[in-house]
Amino acid sequence: MGLSPLAVLRYRVPVRGAGLDRFSMSEQATATHTISVLVDNEAGVLARVIGLFSGRGYNIDSLTVAEVDQAAQMSRITVVTSGTPQVIEQIKAQLGRLVPVHRVVDLTVECESVERELALVKVSGKGEARVEALRLSEAFRARVVDATPESFVFEITGNGEKIDAFIELMTPLGLQEASRTGAAALARGPEPM
Amino acid sequence: MEKQINGAQIVLQALRDNGVQHIFGYPGGAVLPIYDELFQQEDIEHILVRHEQGATHAAEGYARSSGKCGVVLVTSGPGATNAVTGLTDALMDSIPMVCITGQVPTHLIGADAFQEADTVGITRACTKHNYLVKDVNDLARVMHEAFYVATTGRPGPVVVDIPKDVQFAMGDYLKPAAVKHKSYQPKVKGDMEAINAAVDLIANAKKPVFYTGGGVINSGPQASQLLREFVKLTGYPITSTLMGLGSYPSADKQWLGMLGMHGTYEANLAMHDCDVMINIGARFDDRITGALDKFSPDSKKIHIDIDPSSINKNVVVDVPIVGDVAHVLEDMLRVYKSRAVTPDKKALSSWWQEIDAWRDRNCLAYRKDDKAIKPQYAVERLYELTKGPDTFITTEVGQHQMWAAQYYRFEDPNRWMTSGGLGTMGYGIPAAVGVQVANPKGLVIDIAGEASAMMTMQELSTAVQHRLPIKIFILNNEYMGMVRQWQELLHGGRYSNSYSEALPDFVKLAEAYGATGIRAEKPSELDDAIKRMVETDGPVIFDCIVTKEENCFPMIPSGAAHNDMLLADDQGLEVEVSDEGKALV
Ligand SMILES: Cc1ncc(C[n+]2csc(CCOP(=O)(O)OP(=O)(O)O)c2C)c(N)n1
Ligand SMILES: [Mg+2]
Repeated sequence: MGLSPLAVLRYRVPVRGAGLDRFSMSEQATATHTISVLVDNEAGVLARVIGLFSGRGYNIDSLTVAEVDQAAQMSRITVVTSGTPQVIEQIKAQLGRLVPVHRVVDLTVECESVERELALVKVSGKGEARVEALRLSEAFRARVVDATPESFVFEITGNGEKIDAFIELMTPLGLQEASRTGAAALARGPEPM
Repeated sequence: MEKQINGAQIVLQALRDNGVQHIFGYPGGAVLPIYDELFQQEDIEHILVRHEQGATHAAEGYARSSGKCGVVLVTSGPGATNAVTGLTDALMDSIPMVCITGQVPTHLIGADAFQEADTVGITRACTKHNYLVKDVNDLARVMHEAFYVATTGRPGPVVVDIPKDVQFAMGDYLKPAAVKHKSYQPKVKGDMEAINAAVDLIANAKKPVFYTGGGVINSGPQASQLLREFVKLTGYPITSTLMGLGSYPSADKQWLGMLGMHGTYEANLAMHDCDVMINIGARFDDRITGALDKFSPDSKKIHIDIDPSSINKNVVVDVPIVGDVAHVLEDMLRVYKSRAVTPDKKALSSWWQEIDAWRDRNCLAYRKDDKAIKPQYAVERLYELTKGPDTFITTEVGQHQMWAAQYYRFEDPNRWMTSGGLGTMGYGIPAAVGVQVANPKGLVIDIAGEASAMMTMQELSTAVQHRLPIKIFILNNEYMGMVRQWQELLHGGRYSNSYSEALPDFVKLAEAYGATGIRAEKPSELDDAIKRMVETDGPVIFDCIVTKEENCFPMIPSGAAHNDMLLADDQGLEVEVSDEGKALV
């Protein structure tokens, strides 16, 4: 484990007033971060990551896991979490400590990144509402993946807010249920993380 | 290609190839194939304990006193669950341990089979890492990896759960050299830029203090040597956590004693008032910092730790250095010397004057008594009559543990074994068993409380069986003294369930075990009794009857700051603790 870039920087930071550099979580703002974790795809690895978050009281807003390199048997876990900068730094360090973890990157602060979620949204109804639902789905570039005379299942991808907005709009139009993935995210640019 | 061997033989071969000479264990159905292999060889000695918790603490004592990895072997289900306390203890105190657990055969896993427990599930949160081995051909690699993970980086316990069918199955053996880990590669060298920044701070300090911890011990004897050299070179004061005692000689005049909740006045005030804090292998634990928002408010903090997650966890530091203590100190010393630093003599001498004034407060003084044995006096006498390079002290948890830390003095590392992070009553007797196995010629003494000793007393039987002449020195105050003290100070003196009711006669108990029992009730007979204990060949229970309601001071009440200590003279005062403080442990 190398020194995290945040930690390397810290001692160059000019000294704050005496007594101010005490650790106080309440003084710091909480923010949402997307953390990408490359792990060996071995039994129990997901339980380790989830257990770490619940055991230490960190938030999980969403979590996405799948094998991404079959030959090397590696999976990518994308966790969206929130916390103060200290808590996020702790989360990274604690993840890095897990034996099957290869790499941890905070996509929110360490690089530019793209992030997508996918949702399936079932809307039932007839007449005006049905037409309106279809019209809105086009505006959101959602696709119809199942249809009956009185229902649609839409597939929509985008960032979380876009999907939130879509679901909200569907609510008065006969929203039945939705199934959402967590975020999948990658750093922008030509290099792997 | 080598001839195939069965899983149990692979386990034994892997133990041998990782230099294991002793294992602590308890048999059962799911580990019988391994026990069968143990029976048929002589390289590895098995120490049969009386409870699996005992095996884990024995392995801890063994590891901490020898620098080797402790090894435990237990059966599935109850064997594994009984080991959980010791695994957690080893995790909290960073003790290298490999614990092999038997498991029901693979085809029965998940069927609620007899003596099945989800061992990897249960131990996931209390191990550094764990493995369930479902294929015999993974077994050798996993065993070697387990030793590698347990002993490198920040050491810790590793569980290898082996289903019984895998122990019988035939497979290939692989030598340890062939194992390299893909993702786990701990960093031992510190960042040179950070080390230079630290030296800048150290060189210009006016009120510095070294704050050292268990990491110095874990890093090995060389780390203690380098620490001594560095501290001497700078002339700065040094204190240590409970876990770090012995890394710096307590006889030296730069030594301030232990810090923290029951640390010395001078150590805690030096921490509070310092301008540069040099944390070496300690982790800003809550026993050390007290109230975080009042912790050492005006200091620049340097933190050397092998575990990146220890950095900025509780206290934000100015110069973090991730690396092994010995490696970092070596570099730091080199840089320090090459700069030909001259410490600020004037500032330093006025800092020492301040410290000496605190020292003059003589915070460990206590009122002597010529009729009853004071617990502090008992430890002082024990120290005078047993000190030496071959004496090893373990403890239980409670007041006696703190008195041991305060009044027994250590000159060398690896002589002091105590449950620091988890605070496990019942640690001391089995730990002493392990220490004695690792140091057959040593004088091994468990400084115990009567309540704690009852938790793992059965390990005295282990000591008798294996001819391990451990001494269990009980400071018998007939109370769970530390609990009573908190009840006195924080709960209006209502001693709810903290009286040690219906105690056994410890002398007769010792005799019933085939050991020796000795009792001392008066100060006048204490020395002779201690001498008799030391001269006794076999295990001894020493029942030292001490004053019952003594409190352990100095004390920083929960939620208070370092400069807000209770001293012995405050005895009898009502202590004011905020509601927030009361909620802390
Ligand atoms: C396994 C366990 N249970 C409970 C406690 C809480 N506890 C801390 S100290 C203590 C009392 C210890 O009594 P004793 O061993 O007689 O030591 P004394 O404080 O009297 O020296 C208790 C119950 C603990 N530390 N460990
Ligand atoms: Mg007691």
